[in-house]
Amino acid sequence: MTRAYIESSLKDLAAALATKTISSVELTTLFLDRIERLNPVLNAFITLDREQTLAMARAADARRAAGETAPLLGIPLAHKDIYCTLGWLTTCGSKMLSNFVSPYDAHVVEQLKRAGMVTLGKCNMDEFAMGSSNESSYYGPVKNPWDIRRIPGGSSGGSAAAVAARLAPVATGTDTGGSIRQPAAMCGLTGIKPTYGIVSRCGMIAFASSLDQGGPMAKSAQDCALLLNAMAGFDSRDSTSLDRPAEDYTRDLAQPLAGLRIGLPKEFFAAGMSDDVRAAIDAALAEYRKLGAKVVDISLPNSGLSVPAYYVIAPAEASSNLSRFDGVRYGYRAPDYNDLADMYCKTRAQGFGAEVKRRILIGTYVLSHGYYDAYYLQAQKIRRLIADDFREAFQHCDVSRCICPTSTPFPPASQACRACPFPAASAPATCRSACN
Amino acid sequence: MSLNLEQVGRIARLAHIEISPAEAALTRDRLNDILGLIEQLQAVDTTGIEPMAHAVDASQRLREDRPTETDRRSAFQAIAPETEDGLYLVPRVIE
Repeated sequence: MTRAYIESSLKDLAAALATKTISSVELTTLFLDRIERLNPVLNAFITLDREQTLAMARAADARRAAGETAPLLGIPLAHKDIYCTLGWLTTCGSKMLSNFVSPYDAHVVEQLKRAGMVTLGKCNMDEFAMGSSNESSYYGPVKNPWDIRRIPGGSSGGSAAAVAARLAPVATGTDTGGSIRQPAAMCGLTGIKPTYGIVSRCGMIAFASSLDQGGPMAKSAQDCALLLNAMAGFDSRDSTSLDRPAEDYTRDLAQPLAGLRIGLPKEFFAAGMSDDVRAAIDAALAEYRKLGAKVVDISLPNSGLSVPAYYVIAPAEASSNLSRFDGVRYGYRAPDYNDLADMYCKTRAQGFGAEVKRRILIGTYVLSHGYYDAYYLQAQKIRRLIADDFREAFQHCDVSRCICPTSTPFPPASQACRACPFPAASAPATCRSACN
Repeated sequence: MSLNLEQVGRIARLAHIEISPAEAALTRDRLNDILGLIEQLQAVDTTGIEPMAHAVDASQRLREDRPTETDRRSAFQAIAPETEDGLYLVPRVIE
């Protein structure tokens, strides 16, 4: 019985809660007990607070008793520790924020609270979301639940491991250069990086603002769609938030695949792909063909430039965003220093890990006097070339079904689509070899 | 191009990150690895291409110039390293 709830879809959990077969407190307790037992091995969570979690579950049960029927009311979830959560430690995987109890909720957290979801805890991640292995966290690496000798991917590796190990029904993540899609692939989940501007970045600690986007991580596309319905929404506090009518992301889930054109970018199937990854993709394509979809070859000629463009744009924006961590208003401050400049330099030297420092230095360099045009502006232009490639490709195939391997096996690196602005999803067809 | 130790020191000062002499050489090598990777962007002809700043090319919204936030100073200062009388304290800057 317990096992059934642990494995349930959001839809089934919602039905069980609606018929009062189980209460939110009971359901939440199942997950909390499981976390208590398995987290010491997986290190998927940085912060747990049983009391606050159960208080939220009790509040959800009270709302239901008062007649509320919101679809996610009483369902627990885990938040990536990049989302500010009122009254919870919010570390972003860094020593710099190791004492930061957030004085406010991120827009996403606020929305999910309003929907009645219960916060199980804050998930481990690469420091400031900079990494793809979850080894750069100040709180230690996360283990892949399919094989604890392997990495879960990153930066949303704690969220991925939590859902894969059934420590949470669903989790939030964020994606800048693959940070939802790649860990989802490595842990056998579905993850979505939504269209930029759909999910508010307010209260989501900034890495590279023109690429950062929050999204859902779950066991299925249906769960992702349901969670995205609740995460998305206009927010006047995010200047890049898109003000457009709410969409129901579940609306096309039952559509038959007949006639759908699936684009296969030839550049992503070049040398270096291992046989088992290719076999998994081929098997998925065969299945799609059987269901009536058409597979068409497409080309994204500038895709090779996306990683170098990413390595200019992301660090440049990070160096600007992370300048706020100076030991003055919140977070870590070095214990000993001579003067103000020394306090900044020592605080940042001690508070940031090696990878974060490297990216800040690269960003500082490419933005420094005389280099801005050559690096940042050039990368912004190349980003348009890459986006134009996708626009052209979508003339020949249907927009959201461009199939590409999310990760090569090990050592893993998710680089496809890094600098491109289109929404992208990762589904388990491509993960077989990564987590068997 | 590749960076030398002196340039790495200058970048670190600009970024307000102290780098010990022991870390400097390794930092230089790692930075040069990344610069080597991004160097290939220079070879791309981008004449006439508009830089892409926002994924959906949205323009900035305007609103009335009216305060929208409430006063939360005490909540924000409660998590600061050092405050006094509502002010954030830092080492003396002007003698």
